[in-house]
Amino acid sequence: MSALGKVVRSGVGRRRVQTLVIGLATMMAVAACVLGGSLLVVSGAPFDDAFARQHGAHLSVQFDAGKVSARQLSKSKDTEGVSSAAGPFRTTTVTPRSEGAVPGWPMTVVGRGDPGRDVDEVALLDGRWATRSGEIVLSANSSLIPTMGMKIAFPDLSGGPTLTVVGVARSVTQTADAWVVPSQMPALTAPGSGGHQMLYRFTQAGTAAQITAGGKAVTASLPPGTAVGEQSWLTVRKTAERDTAVYVPFLIAFGALGLVMSVLIVGNVVASAVGTGTRRIGILKAVGLTPAQVVRAYVGQALIPAAVGTALGVLAGHLLAVPVLAETEQVYGTSSLGIAPWVDLAVIAGVLGLVAATAWASAWRAGRMRTVDALAVGRTASAGHGRWAVRLAGRLPLPQPLALGLVRPFARPARALAMGTAILFGTIAVTFTVGMGASLGQVMKAKAHDAADVVVPAPLPDFGPQGPGPGPEKQPKADPAAVAAAVEAAAGTGKYYSAATVRATVSGLTGTIDVIAFTGDASWGGYTMVAGRWIDRPGEAVVPTPFLAATGARIGDTVTLNGLAEPVTVRIVGEVLDPRNDGMQVFTDASTLTAAHPDLTETSHHIAVTPGTDVTGYVTALNRHLVPLDVSARAGGLDAGSDMVVTLNALSATLTLMLVAVAALGVLNGVLLDTRERVREIGVHKALGMTPRQTVAMVLTSVVVTGLVAGALGVPLGVVLHGWVLPAMGDSVGLRLPGSVTAVYDGAELLPLALGGLLIATLGALLPAGWAARTRTATALRTE
Amino acid sequence: MTTPVIELRGVSRRYDDGPPALHEASLTVRPGEAVAILGPSGSGKSTLLNLIAGLDRPDSGTVTVDGVRVDRLGEAGSALYRRSKIGMVFQFFNLLDDLTVTDNVVLPARLAGMARTEADRRAAELLELLGIDRHARAYPGRLSGGERQRVAVARALMNRPALLLADEPTGALDTAAGQDVSRLLTGLNAEGQTIVVVTHDLALARSCTNRTVRIADGRITEDVRSQAVASDAVASQAAR
Repeated sequence: MSALGKVVRSGVGRRRVQTLVIGLATMMAVAACVLGGSLLVVSGAPFDDAFARQHGAHLSVQFDAGKVSARQLSKSKDTEGVSSAAGPFRTTTVTPRSEGAVPGWPMTVVGRGDPGRDVDEVALLDGRWATRSGEIVLSANSSLIPTMGMKIAFPDLSGGPTLTVVGVARSVTQTADAWVVPSQMPALTAPGSGGHQMLYRFTQAGTAAQITAGGKAVTASLPPGTAVGEQSWLTVRKTAERDTAVYVPFLIAFGALGLVMSVLIVGNVVASAVGTGTRRIGILKAVGLTPAQVVRAYVGQALIPAAVGTALGVLAGHLLAVPVLAETEQVYGTSSLGIAPWVDLAVIAGVLGLVAATAWASAWRAGRMRTVDALAVGRTASAGHGRWAVRLAGRLPLPQPLALGLVRPFARPARALAMGTAILFGTIAVTFTVGMGASLGQVMKAKAHDAADVVVPAPLPDFGPQGPGPGPEKQPKADPAAVAAAVEAAAGTGKYYSAATVRATVSGLTGTIDVIAFTGDASWGGYTMVAGRWIDRPGEAVVPTPFLAATGARIGDTVTLNGLAEPVTVRIVGEVLDPRNDGMQVFTDASTLTAAHPDLTETSHHIAVTPGTDVTGYVTALNRHLVPLDVSARAGGLDAGSDMVVTLNALSATLTLMLVAVAALGVLNGVLLDTRERVREIGVHKALGMTPRQTVAMVLTSVVVTGLVAGALGVPLGVVLHGWVLPAMGDSVGLRLPGSVTAVYDGAELLPLALGGLLIATLGALLPAGWAARTRTATALRTE
Repeated sequence: MTTPVIELRGVSRRYDDGPPALHEASLTVRPGEAVAILGPSGSGKSTLLNLIAGLDRPDSGTVTVDGVRVDRLGEAGSALYRRSKIGMVFQFFNLLDDLTVTDNVVLPARLAGMARTEADRRAAELLELLGIDRHARAYPGRLSGGERQRVAVARALMNRPALLLADEPTGALDTAAGQDVSRLLTGLNAEGQTIVVVTHDLALARSCTNRTVRIADGRITEDVRSQAVASDAVASQAAR
C-alpha cells in the first residue's frame, strides 16, 4: 500500500464515528434517489412507449350523430394544427349479456373496419380483427372477461343480436370497450341513439391548454352542441401513471433532503477533520506529503465510507422499490418493471461526485496550510470565540455547568450551524411525515365515508357453488325496502340513509362509472367536499375531481348518464373527495334514477344512532330483524384499507427514521469533535470539582439552544414542504385536496414536533456526554 | 498530636505492564506543613500528587485526606472531594482562556453551588490579597506567566481548601515570576495553609517549604523536616 493509502486508511480507522456518519448519510441519500429516480422513469415508460408505438389519439371526441353528419366531421381533419385524424366511426352504448349470464355493465362499441394505422392503431393481443357482421373484438380493459369464441348477446336490442368474440385488443388511449365492423353498427344502435367518434393527433399536444385549443379548433366549424364528450390523452396518461406517480413528489422531497443533508454532513465532517487535525496535517507535510496529496488523503477518507454507503443505498433503494413496483406491475399486467441500470449509475456517479467535490472543497484548506503554522497550532482550539457569550453565561442565574453548556454554540458558531442544519433536516422530515400520515388518514376517511355508527353493507351477488363463471346467477335476496323498514323501526335509529350503486356510461368516456344513488340525507355520511355543495334535490349530482377532469365538465355543467333504461341528465353542483373507482363516480339522489333504473338492489344502509344509544346493543337488536332478510348490520364505517397508503406510510417512516438517524449522528459527530477539542478544558473543570453528572449536563446543554432553534425552524419548513408535496401527490392521482386534508397540523401537534429537534440533539449528544464524563481527569489534563 | 491532613499507607500504583510508578509509599502530612515532593522525571511524584488529588486511584494501600478515604471514592465522590478539600495549581496554569480572571476564580465555587454575588465577593478578596485585582476583568491570555499562576492560586483557594496541591508551579515561569510565586506560597503557608508542592526546583523547595520528600523509581527515599520551621507552622495552624 502506498504511503498515501496508509494515511487514508489510518484516517478512516481513527475517525470511526465520522466514517459511520458519512456512510449512513450517503446511504440514505442514495436509497431515496434510486427509488425516486426509478419510479419517475417507470411511471411514464410503459404508457409513453405504447402511445408512441400505437400513434395514440391526442384527443378523442364524441359527437351526437343526430346533429352532425359524417361528412361534416370528415372536414374537421383539415383543421390547422391537426397532424392526422381517424374517423368518423359510429359509436353506441349497449349492455351485453355473455352466455347464460345476467346482464353485464354498459359498454361503448365502435365500428371500425380495421385496427387503424396513423391514429390509434389498436394493438391486437389475441385472435384477429372483426371482418364481418356477427364478430366482435373486446378491449383487454373490458369489464367482460375476454374469452375467444365467447358469445355475447344484446337481448335489449331489436332482433337480439349475438356476436362472437374473435379478438382481444388494446387501445392505448382507451377509445372503446369493443370494436365491430361498421356494417354491424346499425343492428347495435337503438333508434335515435348512437354517435360518431373522431380521433385526432395534433402538432402541439404536450399540455392541457394545447389539447383544449386543438379541441376548440376542430369543433369550431361544426354546429354548436354537436360534441357531447371528449377525452384527452393527458387524462388517460395520468390515470395510467397514477399508481407510481403518487410516490414521486414525496420521494423527490426525501431525495433532496437526503442529498442536501449528505453534502452538509460530508462537508462538516471533512472540515472538522481538517480543523481538529491541524497538527496531523503539519506532521504529514513535514514528512513530505505535497499539498495535493494532503487534499487527496482527506477526500479519500470521505470517499471510502461514501462508496460503502452508496453501495448499501443502492441495495436499500432496490429493496424499497419492490412493493412499489409490484403495484405498478399489477396495473400494467407485466412483470418486467425494474430499476433501470442507468438510474443506478447516474445516482452513484452523482452522489459520489457530490461527496468528492464537497470533501475537496473542505479539504482545500488543509492543502494550503503552512507546515510551520500547522505544527505550531497543534490541536488546541484557538481562544476568543464567543467570549461575550461566556461572560453572559457567568451572569445567568443558572448552575455553572448549564450556563457553560448553553453558551457553547456561540464559541463554535460554524459547528453549531452544521449541527443545527442536521437537526433542522431531521425535524423537517419528521414534521412532513407526521403531516403526510395525517393527510393520508384524512383521504382514507373521506374514502371510507365512515361517519355512520352502524352500516348494513350491500349484499354480495350469490354466484352459487360454481363461482362467478357462466351460469345462472342468483339475485340477492335482500329487499332494500324491507331493510329500510327494519332500520326505521329499530329503537335508537337517529339519522339514516341508504346508498345504491348502479353502473352507467358517460358520453365521450369509455368504460363504466359508478352512480351512487342516495335515499335520505347522506350529507352527514363523511363525504368531504372540495368545492360546491352537496345535492339537495333530484337531478343534481356531486362528482369527484377525476370525473370532472375526464369529462372536462365544471360545477354547474350537466352530464348525461347512458347505459340505463333511458339517458339521465344531471347537473353537477359539487366536487367531492373520493378516490374510489379512480374517482369515476356520480353521487345523486335515488329519485333521479326512478325512471331510468327503478330496481336498486345493490343497496347499503347507513345509520347514526341517537345520542346515548349503545351501538353494540343496537346492532344486535337490529340483526334479529335483518337475519331473515339475508343481510346483517355491523358497527363502524366501511373498510378504509389501502395498500398504497400502507406502502406510503411505511416508506416515509423508513426514510424519516434514516434522516433522523443521520441527523442524530451529525450531532454526535459535532459534539464528539467539540468534547475532544475541549478535553483539557473538561479536565480542568473536573479537577476543580465538576461531577460526572454535571459534565453530562454541560455537554447536553451545549446542544439545547441549537436543538430548540433548529426544531423551531424545522417545523414551519416541514409544514411548508407538506404544503408543497401533498397537493403535488394529489395532482398526480387527479385529486384536488380540500383544506381538511392539506391543513392537518394544529398547535398542540406542532409544539412536540418542535421539541423533536431538541430530542434529536439530545440523542446525538448523549454518547459524547458520557464519554466526557468518563474521561479520566489526569489523562485529560495531560492532553495538549 | 493533630490529625494528619494527608495520610498515605503502603500506596502502590502501576500503569499497564510497566514498572511501578509508586511502590509501597507511606506519607503523613500534618496541618500547616509545607511539603516539597522532589524527584527526577518519571520518579512517581506526579502519580503521588494525582493520588492525593483523587485524580487517580492506587492499586493498593490507602489515601486519606482530611479524614476522607480518597482511594474509596468514585468519580462523583472524587469531584465533590476536590471541590471541598483541595485546591490545585498546575505547571501550565490550566486557566480557561474563554473566561475572565474573575470567572476563572469563581468557577470552583460556582460548581459547588455558591451564589454568584457571594462568589464574586470571595474572588475579589482573593484577587486583592494576591495583588491581581486590577486584572479581574481581563482574560488570562493578556497576563504574564506569574500573574496567571497567581490567578490559578486564587482559584485553588476559592473554596477554602484544607490542602493546596501545586504541580511544578514555577515550571513554566521565568526566574522573577518563579520567585514571586515562591513568596506567595510561603506567605500562604505562614497563614497556616497546608501545601504540597511537586517540583524539580530545589530552590523553590527550600524557599517555601519546611519539609522535603524525595522520590526515586516510585519509592520515597528521603523525608527531611526543618524542625524549627515546622514547629512554627504547626503553632501557626493551631493559633488559627
